[in-house]
Amino acid sequence: MEIKLTLNGKPLSAEIEADTLLIDFVRAHGCYSVKRGCETANCGLCTVLLDGTPVLSCSVLAARAAGHHVQTLEGLQEEAEDFVGFIADQGAEQCGFCNPGFVMNTIALLRENPDPTDDEIRAYLAGNLCRCSGYEGQLRGIRAYLDGRKGEA
Amino acid sequence: MRKVLSINQYVRAQSLDEAYTLCQKKNNVVLGGMLWLKMQKRNIGTAIDLCDLGLDKIEETETAYRIGAMVPLRALELHEGFAKLTQGAMEEAVRHIVGVQFRNCATLGGSLWGRFGFSDVLTLFLALDARVRLHHAGEMALADFAALPRTTRDILVEVIVPKTAGRVVYLSQRNISTDFPVLTVALAARDGAYTCVIGARPMPAAVFADEKGLLAQGITEDSARAFAEDIASRAALGGNMRGSADYRREICKVLVRRAALALAKEG
Repeated sequence: MEIKLTLNGKPLSAEIEADTLLIDFVRAHGCYSVKRGCETANCGLCTVLLDGTPVLSCSVLAARAAGHHVQTLEGLQEEAEDFVGFIADQGAEQCGFCNPGFVMNTIALLRENPDPTDDEIRAYLAGNLCRCSGYEGQLRGIRAYLDGRKGEA
Repeated sequence: MRKVLSINQYVRAQSLDEAYTLCQKKNNVVLGGMLWLKMQKRNIGTAIDLCDLGLDKIEETETAYRIGAMVPLRALELHEGFAKLTQGAMEEAVRHIVGVQFRNCATLGGSLWGRFGFSDVLTLFLALDARVRLHHAGEMALADFAALPRTTRDILVEVIVPKTAGRVVYLSQRNISTDFPVLTVALAARDGAYTCVIGARPMPAAVFADEKGLLAQGITEDSARAFAEDIASRAALGGNMRGSADYRREICKVLVRRAALALAKEG
């Protein structure tokens, strides 16, 4: 079947199988930031934005995304640049495999709630698993970014 | 790449009649959020998607909220009307379910249609005295729907939550954050009557009334404890990898007592 959607701002039409998952579709179109993790919809590694909403691309049919806007980290570099350095400065990750999912969901968090508390950050990122760290580094990084932003204001 | 679910054909239904006709065939499936479905080893003939039917909206009338079957759990979590109607119980019931991305995918219809034993959603909506509307069978109490055979082939169109004045408290116990619950409890007080729903027993949620009138004279430490022990003695509880039946019974006593005391505090 043929689908048409917008991937990172670019209109795209492609021939897919009915059971093609969105994760496989975006990776087939060069978006390798989207990682395959648990495949049980628990880890958040495959997070993409569907019409601006963070979803698990391992559990969305590509066919269901037809007619919609899909964004991956490849299309959100500029927005991510604001805070990823703060996360890196904290040495928040070791292997980095979970990083794109964390960054995607942090972008969604900050769009929805530009000034979250630590508990709100923890709650929003609860669906992003990291097997190397204890999550405190990511939290410290986001907190440092938010505090720095407040200082600039 | 692991691939255990196969779908031969994908159809975005353009009407409920079309979806209903398609779903009469045994190996055709109506899609919800696909989170549970995706993990099954299964060959699906036609996947029927309801996403074009406008079922992703919450409509408020004078007497009820009408929630389309495709409304994601996250929308319920953030809905101000439900926050007020349930005194925060709606958010409490869904906020532990995996993560924001998961709850953006999971639909109310899919959560209720599955009648999952572990369902936080079924537990709360039973306490809210919700009704469902099926395309073919029409409107019925959620409790009646929950008892329908799983072989029922119909389309869950919407869920109706009456705006009855009352109070509700939702509590759950999990072994670890974002895991399935070991036990869920929703306690509602409405029109002077109490409805206690126990879920994740691990069987699907069951509804209990205060048959002995233990809370009739008001909620105190003693009446809350007596009520909790009564519910725990009446609820059929089982064991699974998350907890034994005995453990659930002890948890049941604690959660029901806490729910009753919280209800009294809120009132």
